[in-house]
Amino acid sequence: MALTEPPLAAFNDEAPPEARARNLALGIGGVILTVVFLVAGYVILADKASPIPKPLITLLAVIWGVGGLLAIFTVSNWIVEQLPARAMQILLPVVFIGPAVIFLVYFLVLPAIRTFATSFFDQDGAAFVGLANYIRVFTDDATLLAFRNNLLWLAFGASLTVIMGLLIAALADRSRFEVIAKSIIFMPVAISLVGAGIIWKFVYAVRDPSSPQIGLLNAIWVGLGHSPIGWLADNQPLNNLFLIVVVVWLQTGFAMVLFSAAIKGVPADLLDAARVDGANEIQTFMRIVVPTIMPTIITVATTIVIFTLKIFDVVVVLTNGNFGTQVIATEFYTQFFSNRSFGLGSAIAIVLLILVLPVMVYNLRRFRQQQA
Amino acid sequence: MPRRRRWLGQLAVNGTLAVICFIWLVPTIGLLVSSIRPAADVLNSGWWSVLPHQDYVTTKELPIPTGVTGDAPITIEGVSATFDGFRGGVTAPDGRRILWVGNRRTGRIEIQQKQWVAPFNFTLRNYQVVLSGGDKTYENTGGTLRTERGSDLGSAFMNSIAVTIPATVIPLTVAAFAAYGFAWMRFRGRMALFALLVALLVIPLQIALVPVLRDYTGLNLNGTYLGVWLAHTGFGLPLAIYLVFGFVSEIPRDLIDSAVTDGASHFAVFRRIIIPLSVPVLASFAIFQFLWVWNDYLVATTFLGGTQDVQVLTIKLVNLAGTRGQDWQLLTAGAFVSMIIPLIVFFALQRYFVRGLLAGSVKG
Repeated sequence: MALTEPPLAAFNDEAPPEARARNLALGIGGVILTVVFLVAGYVILADKASPIPKPLITLLAVIWGVGGLLAIFTVSNWIVEQLPARAMQILLPVVFIGPAVIFLVYFLVLPAIRTFATSFFDQDGAAFVGLANYIRVFTDDATLLAFRNNLLWLAFGASLTVIMGLLIAALADRSRFEVIAKSIIFMPVAISLVGAGIIWKFVYAVRDPSSPQIGLLNAIWVGLGHSPIGWLADNQPLNNLFLIVVVVWLQTGFAMVLFSAAIKGVPADLLDAARVDGANEIQTFMRIVVPTIMPTIITVATTIVIFTLKIFDVVVVLTNGNFGTQVIATEFYTQFFSNRSFGLGSAIAIVLLILVLPVMVYNLRRFRQQQA
Repeated sequence: MPRRRRWLGQLAVNGTLAVICFIWLVPTIGLLVSSIRPAADVLNSGWWSVLPHQDYVTTKELPIPTGVTGDAPITIEGVSATFDGFRGGVTAPDGRRILWVGNRRTGRIEIQQKQWVAPFNFTLRNYQVVLSGGDKTYENTGGTLRTERGSDLGSAFMNSIAVTIPATVIPLTVAAFAAYGFAWMRFRGRMALFALLVALLVIPLQIALVPVLRDYTGLNLNGTYLGVWLAHTGFGLPLAIYLVFGFVSEIPRDLIDSAVTDGASHFAVFRRIIIPLSVPVLASFAIFQFLWVWNDYLVATTFLGGTQDVQVLTIKLVNLAGTRGQDWQLLTAGAFVSMIIPLIVFFALQRYFVRGLLAGSVKG
């Protein structure tokens, strides 16, 4: 009896008058309640000296933030639905997409433009200095060192992650213990770079030769008859490699999962044909599997490159940028927050943006192709 | 392939895999073990010494010989050495070690023997210390009192929750509405807006920090939950819309058309058809964003770093690493406190987690 089924929505022109009146009352009540809820919540939460205990404030904040947003959507939708059909048709997309556009424009588009503008001004944004900040970025010893280190990160971080990810995916694919092995390798992906930094700082810990070494790496090193090494401070610039190891440890699981899925998608008859022709496992892998999954390898490498370009937390925790380990993102932070050089900080941020521009263009081009 | 060779191949594969997994696990195990060892133990021996190992154990104590002067050799238990030699421990031919504890006049001789030991000495005090705020006094095993400055990670944990849940739900909601709009509403500029969104996917968020922070200072949003929620919403939205759109736009047109013919509004279609069908993709993004915000340090420290009582776990941990970098028992416990929620999410929701992570790998 499809015809007599009630319509999905109550907001509809054919509803009886009394239902419309009830709707109107409910709607106006909803609008007032939403405003009261938002204002009251803001006043309570903004009170820094509030006597309410912490867990309760936390709960309140969560309810206010989440509930407030849902109420705003419901109420604005209701208001638009009360308008004539023509106006509704124009305004409904605004209700649905408007909030997202506001967020995107205010938090990403405008800041990019404003940062670009700031990058041409001096320290406190008073005087126009032209390209002076950019010239400093590319001539200053500190930023040049940061660029060199980021290059190390890109070269070693990306390649080691891809190699380890491929190796483990290939091994796991042939093993009965695939699930557990992949879980172990993947686990670090879940934790923060700050947490990972502390885990590895402990591995690299160094103490005076007279005390027992409590860092794993130095304990092994001393056990082999050497004197302890400050892995993070000595042998610059090689110490950067020990920071890179942390991110390889964290990211390999990600690469492995993608590669693993791709390897399983390689057609079996291709592999069989290679084996029949006498290729051994390693030859099959290098000549058949790797070329077949090359698109995935490129995707993973690109992702890791973007990720390592912005590497920040690990460096802050492990060395705080000392011992010649600063990178672009820590240099940005130093200029911006410690030195309050807004112009220079902005110029560094713009350089970061320019570095990811090729990826952005590539994404856009692919999007256009998909739409065509 | 001959069975023997195949067996060898399996051994090589599993052996290599086992070695790699072991290397991957060891750093985390070290962290966990150290976080439950007493402070003194952590500083005096590596965490691996909780494993059974051979160590010198005192089997006999002797009084010190009298009249020891200068560097003249002394004979104890049939072994001759100088005082300084005994102070450092002298190994007898039978494997025992003779150790002089104390100085020349007051002290004792310990005769030690290598034995297998597996010291079982664990404590939760490190967690008490890092979680509590303010000073706390504890009784040591010897009965002495010791006051420890708490690291207040308990309230940082609360802050992390208060930041993370809305910073996950708000972008998710805004994105779901927007994704529906992009997929099922016709309006001018739709393609251009979506292209903008694709471009914003990889934008480094460093670019946004300077101007937004400046505005926040003027608006008094610095150091507030609201400010961080909004910032995370803005930074997380491109990916969220992109992901949800990919799913929502694939929902069969007939489903939506038939509902509209029945008189359903867009809002009703969205709520009763789209949302229930999109649960998997919403869950994937929710997990990705939740972990991203929970693990984030840069955004948090920019907008909350200056206000003590809203600092989240990552900020406190970085501070702890800076100020108490040698107190490994506290650092390891603190790091584990910050890891516990991600690990629970990881083990409980691994399927969604992997899906969300793979889809979210392009985030800027």
